[in-house]
This record gives sequence, C-alpha cells and structure tokens, in this order.
Amino acid sequence: MAGSPENHLNRTPPVSPSNGVDRPAGRTTSDRPLIEVQDLWLVFEGHPVLRRISLQVHRGLTLAIIGESGCGKTVLLKTLIGLIRPSSGKVYFDGMDLSRLSEKELTRQRRRFGFLFQQAALFDSMTVYQNVAFPLRQHTAKNEEEIREIVLARLAEVGLSPKILDKHPAELSGGMRKRVGLARALVLEPEVMLYDEPTTGLDPIMSDVINELILETRRRRPVTSIVVTHDMRTAQKTADRVVMLYPLARLQSDEPQILYDGPPDGIEQSPDIRVRDFVRGEAEQRLLEIRTGQSEE
Amino acid sequence: MAASANSSVIRRRRNPTWAEAVGQYVADWITDLGAMIVQALTEWGSFSLFCLRTCRWLLFRLPKWETIIPNFYQIGVRSLPVIALTGAFIGMVMAVQSYTQFRMLNMETRLGAVINMALVRELGPVLAATMLAGRVGSAMAAQLGTMRITEQIDALAVMGTNPIHYLVVPRFWACLVLIPMLTLMADFMGIVGGTFYSICFLGIDFHHYVQNSRDFVGLFDLFAGVLKSCFFGAAIALIACHRGFHCDPGAEGVGRAATTAFVASFVTILLLDLILGITLEAINVTLWPEAPKII
Repeated sequence: MAGSPENHLNRTPPVSPSNGVDRPAGRTTSDRPLIEVQDLWLVFEGHPVLRRISLQVHRGLTLAIIGESGCGKTVLLKTLIGLIRPSSGKVYFDGMDLSRLSEKELTRQRRRFGFLFQQAALFDSMTVYQNVAFPLRQHTAKNEEEIREIVLARLAEVGLSPKILDKHPAELSGGMRKRVGLARALVLEPEVMLYDEPTTGLDPIMSDVINELILETRRRRPVTSIVVTHDMRTAQKTADRVVMLYPLARLQSDEPQILYDGPPDGIEQSPDIRVRDFVRGEAEQRLLEIRTGQSEE
Repeated sequence: MAASANSSVIRRRRNPTWAEAVGQYVADWITDLGAMIVQALTEWGSFSLFCLRTCRWLLFRLPKWETIIPNFYQIGVRSLPVIALTGAFIGMVMAVQSYTQFRMLNMETRLGAVINMALVRELGPVLAATMLAGRVGSAMAAQLGTMRITEQIDALAVMGTNPIHYLVVPRFWACLVLIPMLTLMADFMGIVGGTFYSICFLGIDFHHYVQNSRDFVGLFDLFAGVLKSCFFGAAIALIACHRGFHCDPGAEGVGRAATTAFVASFVTILLLDLILGITLEAINVTLWPEAPKII
C-alpha cells in the first residue's frame, strides 16, 4: 500500500528553515509563484479528501478550481488560507510556509486575502454597513467618516445602493448577500481574492453579474484570484487557468486527483472522458456507475 | 447436489457456542469502552487547548469596548430580573420548609440563620450559576454554533480577526465579572424573601430573627459564595463557547451544542461546588475554630 494516505503520512517531512519565511530554493521573488501547494494530503477522520495536490498560482492571474460536489475544492481553498491544516505537504504564500507561521503571524498574513464564502457568511447580528466596515474598524485607525466613504465606494463598486446600509443580511436576496460579501472582502484592498462557489444558488443573470464583478475586480486592482466553482460558465469566463479535481472515492489509488490543469479553452478537448463529461454536463457514465452500484458514495 | 450444498451452507452458519457468544460480547464491550475513552480524551484535549488559547488572549490583549458592552448587557442586565425572582422565591420556600422542624425545637427565631447561611454559601452562588448556565450558556453555545455552521467564525479568521479574542474573551470577562454581582443579588433577594415570609406569614419576631442571622453569617461566608461564583462563571463561559466553536453541522448540531453546554456546565458547577465547599470549609474551620454554631 505504498500509495495509501496513511502510509504517506508516516513519512518524515522534509526539513525546512524555522523562521517561517521558507522560500523554495533557486527562485527569485519575481518568478516565484504567490501561492504554491506542494504534495498536499488531507485526511479527515481516516477518510482521505485530498491526495498529492501540487499547484502554483502566479501573481495577477486567476485560477479556477472545478470539480463535482464533494471532491474537496472548498477544503483545498480553506487549506490555502490556513483555515484547515493539511495532514502533510506544504502551502506557501509569498514564500512563507503557512504551517510554520505563528497564530499571530498567520492572522496578520490573512489580511492580505479576501474571501467570498459560498453563503457570503455575513454577520447576521450586524447591518450591511457594519459588515462591510468591520475589517476597517478592526485593522485600521480610520475615523468614522473615512470608513463610511470607503464602505459606500465598495458597495457602489459591486452595484449596491446606500439604501441597504441599515438592512440586516436576513433581509437581502442571495445575490445581494453575495455582493455585500464581495464588498466586505475587498474593503482592505487584498492581494489575493478567494471565491468559494460565487454563483451557486443564483439565477443565470445574477450569476453573470457576479462573474462580471470578479472580472471588474481584477481590472481595477492587481489581484490574484482563485475561484472554486462547479459552474463552467464562471470558470471559462473568469479564469486564466483551470484545475479540475476528482473525488478520491472514485479514483484508483495510483491516479492523480487533478484530472486537468491548463487553459480554459483546452478543457473541452481533454483526452479524459471524465473531464469532458463534467464540462458538457453529461451524466451517462455517472448514472451507469450508480445503476451498477460501483459508486462508493 | 443442490440440497447438499444448502446443507453445507447451513452447517457453516451454525449458532455460536456459549463461550464464543460471551467472548464476542466481551470483545464488543471492550471495543465500545475503548472508543468512549478515546472520545472522552479527545474532547478533554480539545477543551484544554481551547482554555489555553483563551487564557493566552486574556493575558495578551483586552477586547474592544464595543464587544464587551453588549455581552455585559446581555449577561448581566438581562439576567438580573430572573435571578432576583429566583432568589426571592428560594428564600421564601426555605422559610416554609424549615419552619416546622425549627418550631418543634422551639428555635424558630434561628430560621434566619439557616436560611441566610444556606443562601449565602450555597444556594445563592449555585442558583445564580445554574440560571446563568441555562439562560446565557445555552444561548452562547447556540449563537456561536450557528456562527460556526454558517462560516461566520471562518469569516472572522480570514479577515485577520482572531475568533477566540473577538468572540470568547468578551463573553468570558462578562461571565467572570458579572456572576459575583448576580450572586450577591440572588443572596440579597433570598434574604429579603426569607425575612419577609418569616416575619409576615410565620409571625417570627423580627428583632430575634435579624439578631440570629447577623450572628451566624459572617463576611467569610459571603466571600466564600462570591469566590465560588467566579469559578462557576469562568466554567460556564469556557464550556459554552467551546461547545459552540465545535458545533456539529445542521439544526440538530446547534440544538445539541446548546443542550450539552447546559448539562456540562451544570455538572461542572456541582463538581466545583463540592470541591470548593470542602476547601473553603477547611479554611474556615482552621481560621475560626470557635465560630458560633446554629444548634
């Protein structure tokens, strides 16, 4: 069982410098990827979720991570920001090994990220204004007038009027909540934007509005983005590169979990039928698995 | 041929012998016990780490006023009426229950001593803590649990705000600082309730009732009750916040977090009460061996 996660986890991890700034050798700052994942494994209560994931994200580019529900996309996204600790492997952000950062330093580095959650994760006890102003109040010394100006500017950027400032998240539609979440994520001018299923649960028009906002965000500022989605329109419209993950439960033990890693244009010509089926939304193979009882889900 | 195959299958599936059944039962029991021990140790480890992290943030940085004030209001001001009411009724009920026995001994004027002593040393702190665990602890666990499952706690973390510092530390301070005051309120209302019932309904002489109460209840008794309440408050805050932070997904998970927060807090309050009661009584006897006795 050389390839099993448990066996893999027993291996001694490579020794690296202890100051947290643990740069992969032979690279200068300019050609170094902003985010780098090396041989990442993640096991939850004995169940492997991610296996041998390695990928790089360069500055200013947008990466889309696609795949079926339950394949580990969101888990991978949360691992990139240190919300989930990997079972083994490394996640580097700007040359720093996240697993070696102190809690204080990790908290500081997270301010360089913006995160749009699947359900927006707005604080339900606060109004829209308080939600968007929250990061400014926590991490800057700006006065209330400056905060208000920034909040209004961010809301305008995502196409929301000041009329909703005093509303609570429960009073907003799904699309509005996502846009408020985006305004909140952008309020500290992050270097990296992480989007977790930004269009899930929205109608096609609102999905396209969100896609346009992702593109607009990138046009306005030099932001590096990672978009986790199972919506092919979002992936093809917003991404420079697409990575497709596949659920481990339906892979052979020696197969890589990343089935596709390349430009969005080339994904439909992938030699792997599972990739083509996903892109076209064809479920024949999957239905066959379900009917013959091969599915492990 | 088919019949012989069937009979061989039947032979292979014979009932286990008595010894095999007992062996299987013991093996299952040991497996379940092992799983329970592992789960208990994991829970305890998780709770200990949570307490250590909270202590670290308590020492390093005070929370902002805008996070402290709402918690103080919620935990202190909103709990005051229910605790005052409970204290007053417990004082009166104690008078009702103790009167007959004390009258048989012709010692009804000493009713105040026993009511006040019981209230100040035991019932006041324990009742205030129980009410706080039920009213505030469950609510905290449910609120934080909902924040956990709707990713609001993750949202705090990704915005560079430490969730323990932002959510747990203000609640901890509010419970720790306000529970002594709530305890004093429960004590006061209990004493007033007991006195009122004894004087107005049982016809006990006011002068002797007050005189006996003053002789038997000292400052150390008051201090012991207040000190115990600080431990109860800290335990309630830590248990409730831990349950909320480690809430299982879904409405059922939130419900379970609220229930287990109350049950665990209540058991901990009783356990701490016993330990602190023994310790403080030993200190009391050592310091004041000649203290007056009720009988």
